[in-house]
Amino acid sequence: MAETIQMPKLGFDMAEGTLVRWVKKVGDPINKGDVIAEIETDKATIEIETTASGTILKHLVNEGDVVPVGADIALVGEPGEAAEGAAPAARPAPEAASEPAPVEAPAATPAQPAVAVQVKAGDGRLPSGVKASPLARRIARDKGLDLSQIPGSGPGGRIVRRDVESFTPMQAPPAPPKAAPVPAAPPAAGPVAPPSFGPLPAGPDVEAVPTSKLRARIGRRMVEAKQQVPHFYVTTEMDVEALLNLRQQLNASLEEGAAKISVNDMIVKATALTLRKFPNLNSHFYGDQIVRHKRIHIGIAVALEDGLINVVARDADRTALGTMAAQNKDMVARAREGKVKPEDIEGATFTISNLGPYEVDQFIAIINPPEAGILAIGAAKQVPVVRPDGTIGVGWRMKVTISVDHRISDGAEAARFLQEMKKLIENPMSLLI
Amino acid sequence: MTEKIITIREALSSALREEMLRDERVFIMGEEVGVWGGTYAVTRGFLDEFGARRVRDTPISEMVIAGAAVGAAMAGLRPVAEIMTINFAFVAMDAIVNHMAKVRYMFNGQFTVPMVIRTTTGGGKQLAATHSHAPEVIFAHFPGMYVAVPGTAYDAKGMLKAAIRDDNPVLFVEHSTMLQRRSPVPVDDPDFLLPIGKSDIKRTGKDVTIVTYQKGLEWSTQAAEMLAQEGIEAEIIDLRWLRPLDLEPVFESVKKTNRAVIVEESLPMFNVGAEVAAQLQEQVFDYLDAPVKRVSAMDQPLPYAANIELMALPDAQKVVKAVKEVL
Repeated sequence: MAETIQMPKLGFDMAEGTLVRWVKKVGDPINKGDVIAEIETDKATIEIETTASGTILKHLVNEGDVVPVGADIALVGEPGEAAEGAAPAARPAPEAASEPAPVEAPAATPAQPAVAVQVKAGDGRLPSGVKASPLARRIARDKGLDLSQIPGSGPGGRIVRRDVESFTPMQAPPAPPKAAPVPAAPPAAGPVAPPSFGPLPAGPDVEAVPTSKLRARIGRRMVEAKQQVPHFYVTTEMDVEALLNLRQQLNASLEEGAAKISVNDMIVKATALTLRKFPNLNSHFYGDQIVRHKRIHIGIAVALEDGLINVVARDADRTALGTMAAQNKDMVARAREGKVKPEDIEGATFTISNLGPYEVDQFIAIINPPEAGILAIGAAKQVPVVRPDGTIGVGWRMKVTISVDHRISDGAEAARFLQEMKKLIENPMSLLI
Repeated sequence: MTEKIITIREALSSALREEMLRDERVFIMGEEVGVWGGTYAVTRGFLDEFGARRVRDTPISEMVIAGAAVGAAMAGLRPVAEIMTINFAFVAMDAIVNHMAKVRYMFNGQFTVPMVIRTTTGGGKQLAATHSHAPEVIFAHFPGMYVAVPGTAYDAKGMLKAAIRDDNPVLFVEHSTMLQRRSPVPVDDPDFLLPIGKSDIKRTGKDVTIVTYQKGLEWSTQAAEMLAQEGIEAEIIDLRWLRPLDLEPVFESVKKTNRAVIVEESLPMFNVGAEVAAQLQEQVFDYLDAPVKRVSAMDQPLPYAANIELMALPDAQKVVKAVKEVL
């Protein structure tokens, strides 16, 4: 009897994915756990492992197809078995929402914070790829439901009234956006308003490139952040001479083959240790509730060829520098190859963006909502300094700027945070304790 | 008030007779309306009762019939002109559109044109492509005149009497295959009038709104019966007038059912359904749970052969299918 393999839900907010490549061809024998295909979500390219053993009888979707979560993608059975009963490809499975994802999803990792499902205020716009009737959109807007979470049972997967009315969001934090203690988000400000600059330029002098899923996601999140989060910025300069020396000593003493500790690893550690003392900055904003995270997971912005992704150093305050260095190195490599695992990128409680390697003096970063803040790290540079004894000499300095959501915190707390972090960076032995 | 079950033909006939008795300015003109008693026997006996001065047979020229009626109306009479089928009204398009509908406007109200053109519409009788279409929607395009499309004997009587008494020109469209349809009609009230430009909820239901008129009303009513067997409750709104077009009840109904199907005998391009669908999305977009669906004739000249003529026209089965597509 042939079994079907479904599009897994890889991450809470995944509604669909593009099947970019079939790794296993029709007729290939497979065992449970084999990688059979690669899926591109709006976050990353992810390998799908099969949940069944046997022989691939049929591919139910083609490479390049956009497939809703839960839809059948392949038939697996005995060699020679007829591939009958093949369900129509790309069929939305309404039950998918209530069933556990067939592939180990990040939901299973204990580190998953309760923030993964965001109940976003409907803004009247549809997330890309989502189809919904006008009535369904209105009800979703009134209830504050995110249409991208709701499976559609209408023609072509369209979300209709019954789907919205029967939908219960999982783990939704109490976040009625209307109750936000800030002026309601400007209703006209759709986060992804497509720009209207007249007709698309064409001809030999230009090249039009479709906006990738990743760019669209970044765009959506950043427009949302810049429109809705009242940012303020505080900058300080830190003496990193001791830190650089310590790093040299640590790396010199490493065993053969061990991952070298980077300046960034040490900054991540310092940030995490500082956040322990500033739980308010390790929190997420949900309107009338601010959710303080007891565990500290630091998102690290990684530049990709066509975008940006945050990998997550989990429990960074409690992870030894050597371990963290190895983990970060692996995650960054996976991110650059487009092969991140869901747990690599989910669950950050605070984020760091480090442009130091690009010889940047100083910059400011946009907060990744609902996080409270983000650190922008400049390059460590040799500069003329005034020493404590009043003489002028040469020292190593690094500028750090924190962007903070003013709804959560104020300037003084941000300043004290930097002051505390500066202490750690300038006395780096404490990073080893 | 006494009601009697009568045919649409009898309803039209009694409406005409009552209005001619009431107002001596009302007179009838058209092909074969006198000696022959009307192509569809609506004016049988009128020549004897009212005489040749008020029941006038005309040459076979629709341009003359419409043009003369406009002149008579401008001069103070209240003509009820008959054009045998609306498919022949194209010959009289200039008199109808440029004169009947515009004289009052062009002369800044110095003249009114209190006239009615009665005509028949519809296919299904093997009269071929030049006699069989239902193009009344074309006339509803123009401001300045009303277009009546009654679907029951009750409506036919009350609407025709109101049309004759109104000072604005009315194209009064009767369906050639529905003249034998019967329904209860008040018979002893010489002032039984129905308001101009009011649609009518013919059946109530909660699952889908069917917007229709005339022959479409018949198909939709049959379809609603079939759907009811399956527990689907269709609400049917009979437009009754294409101009003034009364869509308020349609909007209210769609707010309740969230679905709309428009059923008509017209051709599909630029038809009544197109207008209704456009207004629905303008007015009740946020209440629609499915795309608005149209059922109409097929986009082709109506065939002569009986079997394919029926295939080209809507029927109850096609309405049922359309309803299920939006559920």
